[in-house]
Amino acid sequence: MLFLRQNNLLIFLILLAFFSCDNESVDQYVTTPYQLEIPDLFENNILAPVIPSDNPMTFEGVSLGKKLFFDPILSGNTMQSCADCHAPENAFSDTRRFSDGINGVFGTRNTMPLFNLAWNYDKKFFWDGNTFSLEHQAFVPVSDPTEMNSRWADVELKLQQHNEYPDLFKTAFGTTKIDSTLVTKALAQFERTLISANSKFDNFLLGKTILTPEELNGFNIFMDETKGDCFHCHGSDKNPLWTDNTFHNNGLDQTFADLGLGAVSGDPADNGKFKTPSLRNLAFTAPYMHDGRFETLDAVINHYSEGLKNSSTIDPLMKKVNQGGVQLSATDKANLKAFLLTLSDYDFINN
Amino acid sequence: MKKVVLVILISCSYFFSCSKHQDENISQSSITLNFSHHWDGTLVTNSDFNAVKFINAFGNQLSIEGLRYLISKVTFYKTNGSKRELQGYNLIDVTNNQTLVFSPQTLIDQGTYSNVTFTFGFNNEDNAGNYTDLNSALWNVPAALGGDYHYMQLDGKFLNTLNQEQGFNYHVIRAVENPGDHPTFPQDTFFNVDLGPVTIYNNTTFNIEMNIADWFKNPNTWDLNILNQMLMPNANAQIMMYENGLNVFSLKSITQ
Repeated sequence: MLFLRQNNLLIFLILLAFFSCDNESVDQYVTTPYQLEIPDLFENNILAPVIPSDNPMTFEGVSLGKKLFFDPILSGNTMQSCADCHAPENAFSDTRRFSDGINGVFGTRNTMPLFNLAWNYDKKFFWDGNTFSLEHQAFVPVSDPTEMNSRWADVELKLQQHNEYPDLFKTAFGTTKIDSTLVTKALAQFERTLISANSKFDNFLLGKTILTPEELNGFNIFMDETKGDCFHCHGSDKNPLWTDNTFHNNGLDQTFADLGLGAVSGDPADNGKFKTPSLRNLAFTAPYMHDGRFETLDAVINHYSEGLKNSSTIDPLMKKVNQGGVQLSATDKANLKAFLLTLSDYDFINN
Repeated sequence: MKKVVLVILISCSYFFSCSKHQDENISQSSITLNFSHHWDGTLVTNSDFNAVKFINAFGNQLSIEGLRYLISKVTFYKTNGSKRELQGYNLIDVTNNQTLVFSPQTLIDQGTYSNVTFTFGFNNEDNAGNYTDLNSALWNVPAALGGDYHYMQLDGKFLNTLNQEQGFNYHVIRAVENPGDHPTFPQDTFFNVDLGPVTIYNNTTFNIEMNIADWFKNPNTWDLNILNQMLMPNANAQIMMYENGLNVFSLKSITQ
């Protein structure tokens, strides 16, 4: 009896699908699927990028997202675009320690660079992971009073009254009714196209170039648990992201003015933890750390070598904390820096 | 009319294929491995992490901040010597309370088996593979140490002789000597865990326990003041971990 009911139901549903398709031809819109070009090192070594089923990538969506990203129309005074703080020539980051919003108010954290975001599997964004999904991430700065300081209703109205955007949204999403959901979907689609995978080290792994002895030695220090031991958080030649995309207290402070993840989770054990940044494109993304406290790579390396500060939540992977760190020699430091700079992708910032 | 005929054909093929599938599976069952953790009998979950609340056999007071480990090659042995390996492996992430339950896709014939085993870590052949999910989880071992993958990462802090918290990284890998371009391997440090005999007559769950305290206990009483960090290149430490690891797993129950 159950079998017959299921059978009838299935036939009914399929018939319904056929008839409903026949009736919807009038308002259909056609988009061109956008296939992300997955770099070989990504394809061969790590899981596929995260592309949400409710925001499939299309050429029209990516194009719209790119236009929105560079358009100051999203800001409250129509003077500041996303790109003002996420500058392409700096791997979509800001050379300043803190960025100022349209009212001249400075934030308290360094602007994060934007690349390879589709491979953030846990989908936690920002230094403290306070936002889930790339679409939601794109939503936040528009209305943040210290950033673009808009009201989304105003943004929607400005876009709706614009002489181009309604048609572009129609092309990308099949509707001229613009809302924040579609704006952030388009922005996220564009952001997913920001793929960095053409550094010197990438090409070394692909057999297209060689490294200097100093750079190779730097990589060995990076991978040596008794020296740099960077790989446990930043990965290795087997993971082209160069980040674990999770949160650690890397010994910056004994006490925390900024709780980081702890303020988000409410768990004191998370105080002072911030997202591991990718080591790609360090040549373009100074200053470093969540608060941009280090202006140079040398300062960063010195921190891990001699500058660690103990605290209750310092990551157990931090070595020799009571000595301030792993005590690298001057040569080791120079070689480590040389290796780190091989992860910079000049092709990415020039395209 | 053509559409209706097509619908009926698709529907028929769907139902026939289902029936066939069910018939084939009558004598097979799914297998689930459910992992839990304790410290000498006291249940441990990630909610117990980040607090110095454990004391090991040596007397070190310690906390756990992270625990992940890999199991692979679940194998069923028949008394006639034949065996059936279930495909897949599982990275058990206690830190995030994820993947504690492993359900291989392979079904197993119902019947009596002389013993069931799984491998802690990877055997050397499997370890040489390239696994995108494990690379994504930063589970790799540096090439200078042989490459391949970790077997376990147990991280935390202990109170050292100065009564200060100090980090430890009890990372289990294939024991390695002469790190560099040509590392050598003194002995295997993966091991098989024998869950004993079982008769499978239905979908079956093996409830498996790890006593975390055993990693520090037997036969090597572990003093974290001496062995705490940078243990991956330390072959002697790896062999001691292996020896202690032989005792850490036990079968709590089987449910069918």
